[in-house]
Amino acid sequence: MQQNSSSSEPIVSLHNVQKSFGALRVLDGVSFAVARGEVLALIGRSGSGKSTALRCIDRFEKVDGGEIVVCGHRVDRPDVNLRALRQDVGIVFQSYNLFPHLTIEQNITLAPCAVKGMATSQAKDLARKVLVQVGLEEKLHAYPEQLSGGQQQRAAIARSLAMQPKVMLFDEVTSALDPELTGEVLKVIEQLAADGMTMVMVTHEMGFAKGIADRIVFMHRGKVHETGPASILTSPTTPELTQFVGTGNLKS
Amino acid sequence: MSLQLDFPAVLERWPSFLAGAVLTLELAFFATVLGALLGTLAAVGRGTHNSLIAGACKVYVETIRNTPLLVQIFLVYFGLASLGLKYSAFTVAVAALTINVGAYTAEIMRAGFEAIPRGQIEAAEGLALSRFQIYWHIILLPAVEKVYPALTSQFVLLMLASSVCSQISAEELTAVANYIQSDTYRAFETYIIVAVLYVILSLVMRAGFWGLGLLLFPRRRRLGTPL
Repeated sequence: MQQNSSSSEPIVSLHNVQKSFGALRVLDGVSFAVARGEVLALIGRSGSGKSTALRCIDRFEKVDGGEIVVCGHRVDRPDVNLRALRQDVGIVFQSYNLFPHLTIEQNITLAPCAVKGMATSQAKDLARKVLVQVGLEEKLHAYPEQLSGGQQQRAAIARSLAMQPKVMLFDEVTSALDPELTGEVLKVIEQLAADGMTMVMVTHEMGFAKGIADRIVFMHRGKVHETGPASILTSPTTPELTQFVGTGNLKS
Repeated sequence: MSLQLDFPAVLERWPSFLAGAVLTLELAFFATVLGALLGTLAAVGRGTHNSLIAGACKVYVETIRNTPLLVQIFLVYFGLASLGLKYSAFTVAVAALTINVGAYTAEIMRAGFEAIPRGQIEAAEGLALSRFQIYWHIILLPAVEKVYPALTSQFVLLMLASSVCSQISAEELTAVANYIQSDTYRAFETYIIVAVLYVILSLVMRAGFWGLGLLLFPRRRRLGTPL
């Protein structure tokens, strides 16, 4: 069993991570770290490797080389305890992935009951609590298909929160949403950040990243090309980031 | 040319018809329950990374799907007998029908499993659910719901196909009919009645599956739409 990290150590750290899909080198020596309570935004063009980097943190992709430590778990090692890792890490996907045959309440209570052995009544209280957090308490007994996209994504965030993760990963969570629905999801994430949740997010919402992120990691061709505080979005130093933020990506 | 039908002469044997129909339904019930279990396990087995298990499941499914049911029944019947094992015709019939319908169920369930979006499984893995929990809570019911019409047709077909169990003298509906027609010399009337009884049994089964569907898919009960 791996040790949990002490407060001074980063919650997530990647060191020289390598990953190829066949001949395509997707991650070419990626390194970054996320401290407790920090919000890190991964940005970059499609195909720059940002989503792959995020998925490596929760071991949805196995890396070919390098070191990944998440909440004390050595994620790069083949013997990593996946279920322990995933109790510490929450992940929210672009396509929500709520379980369509279960009500919102059942979606949320399933993992706490099945994985942590929580009593049903306790899990139902928890479901109500996390739904209040995302502003969906009235949807407790609805099925996912009865919700709008924005509501489904908020429910998916609530489902993740119910496992009380130490770090949350967001993989382009607003990319599938109509512009008028992204706001309600971003507001929930903002509130989480304000509550001190450690977060890593892949996002195309530059305005949002600028407002919420403590640090920006700009990826380009599988490498961390430029990194720094949110201010690098307004005063980039590399031509690639200048071009990226200059092509209309920096809205609002 | 005149057709003379004498139904009363045959219908007075109604207790035998009824007993045969009940036995057919019992055969279908046990083979459906056991075959659904066997087929689901075989479908899971075919999807595992263990090539030995996956291979064994594939051989089972393909062997059964490419041989006649009657031959399978004889193989079980005479196979058990030559091993010195004595079972009732009913038990042998249930075993053979289970093995048969299990293979078809496996193929249908495999289609159901493959229709589950990858994202569902990733979401469940992300919540730290175990492999078994993912199959049980996330994959199984939506997969069954997706292929439910195909599954239920297969089980009704199994009930109809159970008529060949008359060949090993299981006292099901067709076997009963064979006795009655040879006794009364009223073959046409007998088989008309038997055909009607099979239609009724089919309707009974379809009604049962409809009710079971309401139980299994509460979402559909509320929203009315299949998954």
